[in-house]
Amino acid sequence: MNSLIHARGLIKRFGDFTAVDGIDVDVRPGEAFGFLGPNGAGKSSTMRMIGCVSPPSGGVLRILGMDPRRDGPAIRARLGVCPQLDNLDPELTVLENLVTYARFFGIPRRVARARAAELLDFVQLGERAGSRVEPLSGGMKRRLTIARAMVNEPDLVLLDEPTTGLDPQARHLVWERLFRLKQQGVTLVLTTHYMDEAEQLCDRLVVMDGGRIVAEGSPRELIGAHSTREVVELRFPTDDQGTYAGKLEGIGERVEVLPDRVLLYVADGDGALAEVHRRSLSPSSSLVRRSSLEDVFLRLTGRTLVD
Amino acid sequence: MALPGMGRRSAAVARRNVAALKTAYWLVMIGGLLEPVLYLFSIGVGVGALIGEIPLPGGRVVGYAEFVAPAMLASSAMSGALSETTFNFFGKMKFMRLYDGMLATPVRPIEIALGELAWAMLRGSVYSAAFLVLMVAMDLTTPLRALAALPASILVGFAFGALGMTISTLIRGWQDFDMIGAGMFVLFLFSGTFIPATAYPDVLRWIVEVTPLYRSVDLIRGITLGSAGPVQVLDVVYLLVMLAGGLFVAGRRMERLLCR
Repeated sequence: MNSLIHARGLIKRFGDFTAVDGIDVDVRPGEAFGFLGPNGAGKSSTMRMIGCVSPPSGGVLRILGMDPRRDGPAIRARLGVCPQLDNLDPELTVLENLVTYARFFGIPRRVARARAAELLDFVQLGERAGSRVEPLSGGMKRRLTIARAMVNEPDLVLLDEPTTGLDPQARHLVWERLFRLKQQGVTLVLTTHYMDEAEQLCDRLVVMDGGRIVAEGSPRELIGAHSTREVVELRFPTDDQGTYAGKLEGIGERVEVLPDRVLLYVADGDGALAEVHRRSLSPSSSLVRRSSLEDVFLRLTGRTLVD
Repeated sequence: MALPGMGRRSAAVARRNVAALKTAYWLVMIGGLLEPVLYLFSIGVGVGALIGEIPLPGGRVVGYAEFVAPAMLASSAMSGALSETTFNFFGKMKFMRLYDGMLATPVRPIEIALGELAWAMLRGSVYSAAFLVLMVAMDLTTPLRALAALPASILVGFAFGALGMTISTLIRGWQDFDMIGAGMFVLFLFSGTFIPATAYPDVLRWIVEVTPLYRSVDLIRGITLGSAGPVQVLDVVYLLVMLAGGLFVAGRRMERLLCR
C-alpha cells in the first residue's frame, strides 16, 4: 500500500450527528488531491482526522502508513497544516511565528531561522519579517500560514479552504504559490467549495455531500462523466424562472432551473442560444460557457456549491 | 514518544512566551511584581504600626509586618499563577487559537499544559525572589529562611497554576473571570493572611484551614518565621496533590476541548 492517506469506511460522529459517513480515500505521493463540497459536507472533519487532531469514530485510517490513534505525534511531525481559520501568533513577529513553530517540531533554532527566511521569501513576505502579524492583509496572513505549514519540510500538506475569504488577486497569488509547491513534488490535500480552485489545483478530487463521497476523479473526468461540454446560462425577466423550463425543452440534454437563472446543458452553446432565440424567447441576459465542477455538483446533488 | 521529547516540546511551548515578551506584556509583569510590595507597605507596615505585635498560636510574639509578609508572598504566588493560567491561557486557547496551531505539530495537550505552567512558574519565581530579597532587607526574615521559602513559593505557584489551567478548560466566556477574581479575593482576605485563623470561630476555622491559600500561607510563614514543623510537611503534600491533580485534569480536558 503506497498511499500517504488510506481511508476505508472512515466515520466521524459528534454525538448524534454524523459529519463523515463512511468514506474511502487514497492519496498517492506527489499528487494534489481535493475534497470539494459545500459547507457542512464533512470536509473539515475529514481534514482534522487526517491531521491527527480529531480521533475517527469508526473505519480505517492510515496516514503515512501509521495509525493516527497510536502514532499521532509521529505523523504530525511529517505533516504541514494550513487551517481554515488563521491561528498565527499575534504576539510574535512574522519571522518569529515561523521560528517558534519550527521549535515545536524540535528543529534546532539555527536551522529554523535559515528555513524561516527562505520560506518568507518563497511566500513573498521577506520584507515583512520583522512586522507583527496584525497589520498583514488576509492574503499575506494566509501565505504566512502556508509558509508555517512548510517549516518542517512535510511529506504531506493539508490545506483547509486555502483561499476562502480572500479577494481575487490574493487568491491567485496563493494558487500560484501552491502550484509551485506542487511542481516541487509536494503532496497537497485541500478542501474547497470553489470549483475554480479545485480545477486549478487538483489532479484528482472527490465530491463530498452530507458526509459521503458522491463522485471521484480528475476535474476533466468528472465533467466528462457528469456534465455536457458547454452550458448556456439564461436569465429571464420574471420572478419564476421555472415557467420557461417547458419552453426550453429539447434544446439540450438537460434543463436546470435555479432561483435566479436557467441552465441549459448542451454540446454546442452558441447553437443552443440561437435555438432559444428562434423560439422567440428573450432572456434579459445570456452566457455561454464551458461546463465546470459546479455543474457536476449540481447534477450530483441537485444543489449549488456556494449558497 | 519518550520523555525527552515531551520535555523538549514543553520547553518549546514555554519558550514561545519569551519571544512574546517583547510586547507590552512586560508591563503586566511589573504590575505583578509591585502588587505584594504595595500590600506589604500599606497593610504590613502601615496598619502594622497601629497593631504592633501579634501573638502566634504557639505563644511566640512577632511584628505584624513579619506576620503579613509571608502571606503576601503566598498570595502573589497564587494570583500570578492564576492570572497566567486563566486569563492568558484562556485567551491563547479560545481567542488567539494558539493551541490549535500547536496541536497540528507533534506537541500534545499535556505538553502545552506543562509548558505554560513552567512559564507561569518561571515568571512567578522572579516575583517571589524579588519579594524575598525585600523581606530580608526589611529584616522580616533571615537570608537562609528566604532561600528555603523560594522553592516553597514556587510550589505554591505550581499548584495554583495547575488549578488555574483546570479552571480555564471549564470557563465558558469572559464573564466567568469575574467569578475567578471574586474567588481569589475571598481567599486573599480569609486565608490567615491578615489575622491568624485561630481568631475565627471553630467551624469557619476548619473551612479556612482546608483552602489552598491557607495551606500555602501556613507553609511559607512557617519557613520565614523559622517555625516549620510536621504541619508544613502536610502543606507540601497538599500542594503536590493539587499540582498533580490539576495537571491531570487540565491535560484531559484540553484534549477533549481541542481534539474533538
